[in-house]
Amino acid sequence: MTAVDADWFDARIVAASSHLNSGELLHASLHTEDTDFVRFNHAQVRQAGTIAQTEIGLDLIEGTRHAQASVQLTGQSDADDARIAGVIERLRELRSQVPEDPHLITNDTPTSTHRISGGELPETEAVVASITERGAGQDLVGIYASGTVASGFASSRGQRNWFETSTFDFDWTRYLQADKAVKSAYAGFDWDNAVFDRKLAEAGVKFEALKRSPLQLDPGEYRTLLTPSALEQIMELLAYNAFGIRAQRSSQSSLLRLVTGEAALDERVRISEHTSAGVAPNFQEQGWLRPDEVVLVEDGQAAGSLVSPRSAKEFEVEPNGAAGHESPESLAMAGGTLADDDALAALDTGLWVGNLWYTNYSDLPGCRVTGMTRFATFWVEGGEIVAPVEVLRFDDTLYNLLGERLIDLTAEPELLVDNSTYEQRISASMTLPGALIDGMRFTL
Amino acid sequence: MLETLAPTDRLAAALEGLADDVDEATIRVVDEEAEWLTVRQGVVEPPRTTFDRGAMVTVWAGGGLGYAATADLGTEGLRAAIEAAAAWARATAGATVASLPPGLIHGGTYASPVQRPWSDLSVGDRLDLLRTADEGMAVDDRIVDRRATLGRRQVRSVLVSSAGGRIEQDFTFTYPTMAATAADGGDAHTRTYGRASFCGQGGIEVLDRFGYTTSARRIGDEAIILLTAPNCPTGTMDLLVAPDQMILQIHESIGHPLELDRILGDERNYAGTSFVTPDMFGSFQYGSDLLNVTFDPTVEGQLASYAFDDEGTPATKQYLIREGVLERPLGGATSQQRADMGGVANTRSCSWNRPPIDRMANLNVEPGESTLDDLIGGIEFGVFVHTNNSWSIDDSRNKFQFGCELGQVIRDGELAEVVRNPNYRGISRDFWRNLNGVGDASTFAVMGTPNCGKGELNQMIGTGHASPVCRFGRVEVFGADE
Repeated sequence: MTAVDADWFDARIVAASSHLNSGELLHASLHTEDTDFVRFNHAQVRQAGTIAQTEIGLDLIEGTRHAQASVQLTGQSDADDARIAGVIERLRELRSQVPEDPHLITNDTPTSTHRISGGELPETEAVVASITERGAGQDLVGIYASGTVASGFASSRGQRNWFETSTFDFDWTRYLQADKAVKSAYAGFDWDNAVFDRKLAEAGVKFEALKRSPLQLDPGEYRTLLTPSALEQIMELLAYNAFGIRAQRSSQSSLLRLVTGEAALDERVRISEHTSAGVAPNFQEQGWLRPDEVVLVEDGQAAGSLVSPRSAKEFEVEPNGAAGHESPESLAMAGGTLADDDALAALDTGLWVGNLWYTNYSDLPGCRVTGMTRFATFWVEGGEIVAPVEVLRFDDTLYNLLGERLIDLTAEPELLVDNSTYEQRISASMTLPGALIDGMRFTL
Repeated sequence: MLETLAPTDRLAAALEGLADDVDEATIRVVDEEAEWLTVRQGVVEPPRTTFDRGAMVTVWAGGGLGYAATADLGTEGLRAAIEAAAAWARATAGATVASLPPGLIHGGTYASPVQRPWSDLSVGDRLDLLRTADEGMAVDDRIVDRRATLGRRQVRSVLVSSAGGRIEQDFTFTYPTMAATAADGGDAHTRTYGRASFCGQGGIEVLDRFGYTTSARRIGDEAIILLTAPNCPTGTMDLLVAPDQMILQIHESIGHPLELDRILGDERNYAGTSFVTPDMFGSFQYGSDLLNVTFDPTVEGQLASYAFDDEGTPATKQYLIREGVLERPLGGATSQQRADMGGVANTRSCSWNRPPIDRMANLNVEPGESTLDDLIGGIEFGVFVHTNNSWSIDDSRNKFQFGCELGQVIRDGELAEVVRNPNYRGISRDFWRNLNGVGDASTFAVMGTPNCGKGELNQMIGTGHASPVCRFGRVEVFGADE
């Protein structure tokens, strides 16, 4: 339980609202976290510590003029009230120097929400002991992060939204040598050593297979099974600029040709922003609630866009709870008919790709993507793992991978929790199947 | 600054009365104020300001090391953070890969050179700059999106140690960008003002380094040209690389593989490892003998210039690669101790809420002796590539592929037609060994990459890169329709 909770946030907004002039509206978003982190290398601790941070975002509005600020708070009420009051004064002065904003809209039907999830987090020291004991003698590297993360929204009109979760993430890799390794993750609310042992054992099976002599494959097209984790790297690239209406209307979306109807994906491809199935807050930073699901691709065709309030005004469409960046935070892709247990047999002979890495575009309008295989990638023959494969560069279009050459998707999509911690611990996820592809193009 | 940084006496007071088992404790306070302005499609977006302030406390005790980050800079808040960090140090004693205290006893200061402070221009004047740039890119109805932005940050850091050291550094950063997207049906091309690389330390004068106020029309025109330009030719050919692409080539295929913490394995779960091993330093032929690469935090106005890193190590210019031979890694004092080898002062943190790790700072290719005409004239058939727009490399930093916004064919030693979608791929060592021409000082440009991601917990930090135009032989080049 973080010291900064919904009541504390409410008190700050009540105090801040007392500094508003008649006709002014204040929107405030909040991120707070109290995080323990332990970084490992060679199953020893590299860095360990605690981070307590609370950032408030302020948008001071009068008519259609506004100015925004983000402010780091101390958690000390009096000091923070004074700091917020000072920033409001600064924003008022700044606002006077900017023109009206034709793309500003505010939520006229404010709805308050409150959601707290998570259990009693494990003691970090106990988890560290569990990791170092089990990892002794292994080349284990990774990061454990644990604590409470909360997001909030409040307006001087009285809207209050709060989303708080207490979770741990352990993301680690066991190395054999050089770049030969198996990556694993364990995230949740209650640490269970039995679950951890099972995950170690699952990774151990692939680790043993890594000991075989690696193959160096020539560039070419190979029948390929992408695991959900591998597909995640492609979807993360798309998430950046493919699905937002601003990117689509300004021809900067990598799915431009899907949007224009010049290209299509396989008709079994269905992609949505599925907030109710993810771990992200059900409201965005300006207090707009998110529907349970926004369908983005249906039957392999463009079916919708993520629309922030600002874009809604610009393009004269309805907003649908997207943040300003218009990237999915709970992207979900429907599964196919391929049972997980049958996947290797269905691959028969080809590449099993556990992870991809460093994806980017070779041709953005054509949605041609390049990237590398990483960690455990195996050559499979007759449905059996034969040998690990030296890293390969792929370079292919999404319209091939999830279009013409898609054989099937695995039946049970996997929830992949985003463990990113740029600036703060992120609450986001993807739910993805694996993909069996008849001829993925590798170039180097 | 929003408020005055925690005064010296408060930091010193917090470090008094440390427990007997504490070998050393440091407090690194970072106080940042930033402003981000945007004009897009003629519309002024709401100005955004940032006020960020906090401290990272580091404690070394009994062979352990602990961190605690807090935004509460009151005496009690700092003491609570010291206790938390000390508890981590005790908990990790004997189980850490690095725990020697820095023994920070010296002092020093640094301040970014600022010729024309941003306070000389009102917010309205700054927005007018952006309006002019935005309007200037509207050269054709096929320009479907335009954006001009201006970011500026003032960052002050104070590092104080219980051993008596105190270092104060004040940074002023300026980040100008502009971009125009031209589209025709399902095809689109974006041309930018050096993507985000035309940034640096300094004030208004940073805009003049690459002609911000005179570039808008050219950017719009080039976006339109790309719409109808032929695709980049495919084949193995000579490649001439402009500085605003060289910076990514340096960053990804020299900078990251030379980071000593990657070589030591810290980043293998996230950012990756390195094909470079410790035994290579002193003998490995990284590139041709034309290749000279320096770590140089002394370049005035470059993005990652400083006098001390975040462990307090004084920063000086060092050769990493000299005449093609690998000499030293990018490793700060902690990594140097772990690896028992030399390095540079590059232990850096993105802010107060992250512990420092090995990062690139200013990593530069030194100028050679060829004029631009010499470089072009030596190419029978090749492509001159400008401005990075795509980057990808394996986790050992070997197999790379880069894409650029604009290419220009070189035929029989003469510049010819503009081509779109220029991409190239290769393997780091082979690529640098094929360096066969290095531009002189007249082709040299000082830039930066403002968003380099690395570390667990993740950190985004600015790195500086400078380079002349460089020529490479036998490169695999291709376009979008390869």
